[in-house]
Amino acid sequence: MTGEPLLSVRGLSVDFSTYGRRSQVLRDVSLDVPAHRHVALVGESGCGKSVTMRTIMGILPTPPARIVCGQILFDGRDLLAMRPRERERLRGTAMSMVFQDPMTSLNPVFTIGDQMATILKYADRRLGRVRGRRGRMARIFEVLGQVRMPDPERIARSYPIMLSGGMRQRVLIAMALLSEPRLLIADEPGTALDVTTQAQILKLLKDLVEDRGLALLMITHNLGVVREAADYVYVMYAGSVVEHAPTADLFARPSHPYTHALIDCVPKLSGDTAFRGIDGSLPDYTAPPAGCRFSPRCVLATALCDRPPSDRPVSEGHLAACWHLAEAAP
Amino acid sequence: MSASVSAASVRISIAYQNWHRFSRNPTALIGAAIVTIVVLAALLAPWIAPHPDHVGAIVNFRVRHQPPSAQYWFGTDNVGRDIFSRVLFGYRISLLLAAVVLGFAVPVGATLGLLAGYFGGWMEILIMRLTDVALAIPPLVMALAVTAVLTPNLLHAMFAIAALWWTWHTRLIFSITRTLRHQEFVEAARTLGASRFHILFRELLPNCASAILVKVSLDFGFVILIGAALSYLGLGVQPPTPDLGTMVANGADFLPDRWWESLLPGAAILFVALGFNLLGDGLRDLYDVESVR
Amino acid sequence: MEFFYFLIRRVFWSLLVLFGLSIVIFVIARVMPGDPARMAMGPRASQEQVADLKAKMGLDKPILAQYGQFAVGLLHGDLGLSFLTKRPVNHDIAETFAATFELVLATILVAFVVGVPLGVVAAANKDGWVDNLVRFFAILGAATPSFLLALLLQVLAGYVLHALPTTGRVSPDSPFTADITGLLTLDTLLRGNLGGLSDALRHLLLPTLALSAATIGQIARITRSSMIDVSTQDYIEAVRAFGVPDRVRMFKYMLRPAFVPPMTIMGLEFASLLGNAFVVELVFSWPGMASYGVRSILQKDLNAVMGVVMISGVFFVVINLMIDVLVGFIDPRVRIRGARA
Repeated sequence: MTGEPLLSVRGLSVDFSTYGRRSQVLRDVSLDVPAHRHVALVGESGCGKSVTMRTIMGILPTPPARIVCGQILFDGRDLLAMRPRERERLRGTAMSMVFQDPMTSLNPVFTIGDQMATILKYADRRLGRVRGRRGRMARIFEVLGQVRMPDPERIARSYPIMLSGGMRQRVLIAMALLSEPRLLIADEPGTALDVTTQAQILKLLKDLVEDRGLALLMITHNLGVVREAADYVYVMYAGSVVEHAPTADLFARPSHPYTHALIDCVPKLSGDTAFRGIDGSLPDYTAPPAGCRFSPRCVLATALCDRPPSDRPVSEGHLAACWHLAEAAP
Repeated sequence: MSASVSAASVRISIAYQNWHRFSRNPTALIGAAIVTIVVLAALLAPWIAPHPDHVGAIVNFRVRHQPPSAQYWFGTDNVGRDIFSRVLFGYRISLLLAAVVLGFAVPVGATLGLLAGYFGGWMEILIMRLTDVALAIPPLVMALAVTAVLTPNLLHAMFAIAALWWTWHTRLIFSITRTLRHQEFVEAARTLGASRFHILFRELLPNCASAILVKVSLDFGFVILIGAALSYLGLGVQPPTPDLGTMVANGADFLPDRWWESLLPGAAILFVALGFNLLGDGLRDLYDVESVR
Repeated sequence: MEFFYFLIRRVFWSLLVLFGLSIVIFVIARVMPGDPARMAMGPRASQEQVADLKAKMGLDKPILAQYGQFAVGLLHGDLGLSFLTKRPVNHDIAETFAATFELVLATILVAFVVGVPLGVVAAANKDGWVDNLVRFFAILGAATPSFLLALLLQVLAGYVLHALPTTGRVSPDSPFTADITGLLTLDTLLRGNLGGLSDALRHLLLPTLALSAATIGQIARITRSSMIDVSTQDYIEAVRAFGVPDRVRMFKYMLRPAFVPPMTIMGLEFASLLGNAFVVELVFSWPGMASYGVRSILQKDLNAVMGVVMISGVFFVVINLMIDVLVGFIDPRVRIRGARA
């Protein structure tokens, strides 16, 4: 990883206040997405992936959320220090997002074409680009074609309820691509769909991103998806990044006990049928463990783990935040 | 043993939590206070009314049209009867009307709703189309029609309103039951060979309880208002029985100078309807059943 | 095309409801009284006179045949003769209906124009003081007897402030007759009679206020909860992420789907609105169907009463049909599912 990354999150901490109690949802999260590269952020549900993604996009509702500290550098400029207007200019244009659930992420009472035209109209306005209604529709048909939809004109006239889940997911991808963003954030694309359709959607997304040389930040709980689509992986647990490595390296040498357990949870087709879950559950965010947040569930935990661990190198570009790296290594 | 102890303590703590949330909900609290006051006033009317004998058809022309005073809190009417005493007795009629109407409408409506929601098919079509018909007739207009055919009195008014009021409960229970029909606890009960009666009344009905409670509280207010409107039109309770709507109608002839004769009984109706509405609204928040109206 | 199928289905169900309504009315008018002919003639009529009327009314035939005769009459718009006015009931109702229609229409209009913005503002300031105020007034509106509010408004505006007329539809000396649509406000406007329009509006104002208080509250409350519900939907977060401005998000993407529940509620509440109209009309001496109905009841004019009930029911069914069509127009899910189901 050389040169300035396109997106760089540094030391991000986010709290939530609910019912008068404060949850420490993100703690000191750092991650880099270099231009033209595909990065995955993986972890179980509730680990803070979605909060990270929403903070980057700037759509986290505050309150109840509060950004405690940290920087989000996009092209070297800190998004969190920008004026709201400036930041809004980037949203949906320089960086865009593919939403997870195709069934609920499209407004049921407007046609696809209407929704895409509104998005494009305001994106154009922010970028100071002049394009008439006809120009917008042409662009919409073009992008719908690029996500391999047959008969874009008909799709644009349709309401969401008339389309299948797979088609709606394609529409969501098309929406994200309307203004040619440089960074695409994908939230578990296709998980709401059946396996075959999901595979098609992933393939489509990968092709589109590669063809245009976009940077991709993919959020997922599915290690199969990670192996398929990412060059580099961040593993997140309970609001902290516990390990990050190039994809191949992570699967070859998982070093953090949590990563180990996570990979063990995936059933393998090869002879090894031993299938283990992870004992225990995510910690209470209102009173998280002081040190390593995984320690209550970790078989290797010792008194040492009561202090927060820092990143320690495993190999070139592969780091893990654990006091017991030597023992955890296979 | 320990399981039952912990189950009991869980129940206590849920009851405590409910009480805790209830006690912090000003809407529900004020509503409950008003309802309590009105119910007590109605029950104790013969003992607490300053002039219990003014309930009947007595005339006392010497003190007619007296404005509110220490002796006559709400003033007196055109034949010299104490309006406050008559209001207290009027509450008895209002509450009785609502209790009888709902005592019929809720069980009937809930049962029909359960049947339509659980069995679906032709049962659903039949019952729900029946509710559509009943919904199309304004209860007040129905009461007018029935009293036109029979004689206007309290019993016929109750009958006319109750004959339509079950629809709202049927629709409510139907919409809840329909979503519960295929949930696992119902499937499980069916697989275990539970009778239809058991599934309907022991599995499904308890899940509708909070919605029914909220609806009943709101309904008490609405039915009282309809009853009052009916007697305002002269078609409900007949004199000399003291009824709030009748009192407003009689007093209205003397507006605006002798305002107390109509406005104070009117305010008394508003008071009780407000109490039930506040209580229902507070309970709706408490049980998080936003869809109940 | 699917809209057409949706419409056909809705009209079919409406006709079914009207059929059910006719049975209900038949039962009330012909079965419940025991002897309708005796009731019509009064206790002093001779046995022969009653039997004569019985034959004339077809009461000596089997009950099904009686219903058939009754239903055929209804289909021709024949509601029988009024014992009181000695005129066909449908003529009497036709004369009074326009006034009721105007009052109810004005109320629905006011309820939406005031209630929806209140609900939107309350939702935007959820749990703030504006929200609490709107909630309180919604409850107060629902709890106030309409006749009490009507009396209060009449006393305040009429006798205390001397600001507005307190009875009737027009000033007694007004020569204007509503001869186009029957709606005074509309007809004066169509004829360009601004003085007449202002007179009609001044008469309309108080009854409309009295009648709309409860409905405004309901509409505001439902709009509020449906706006809050819509605001948590994924598709609202999505347009935010795509950089659509707040204003557009609120008024385009949220308000349109959030508009459906208040419309549906308006349809269901229409029956109770119509019931309240009876009381309000009486207080303001509004020359509508209700005044006619109440007068008929006091005179035991059975045919007239049944006519009023029937027309109330038809009014409800037609309004709900219109609302459903509008909802189907706003929300494609309704018309697509409605066409398939």
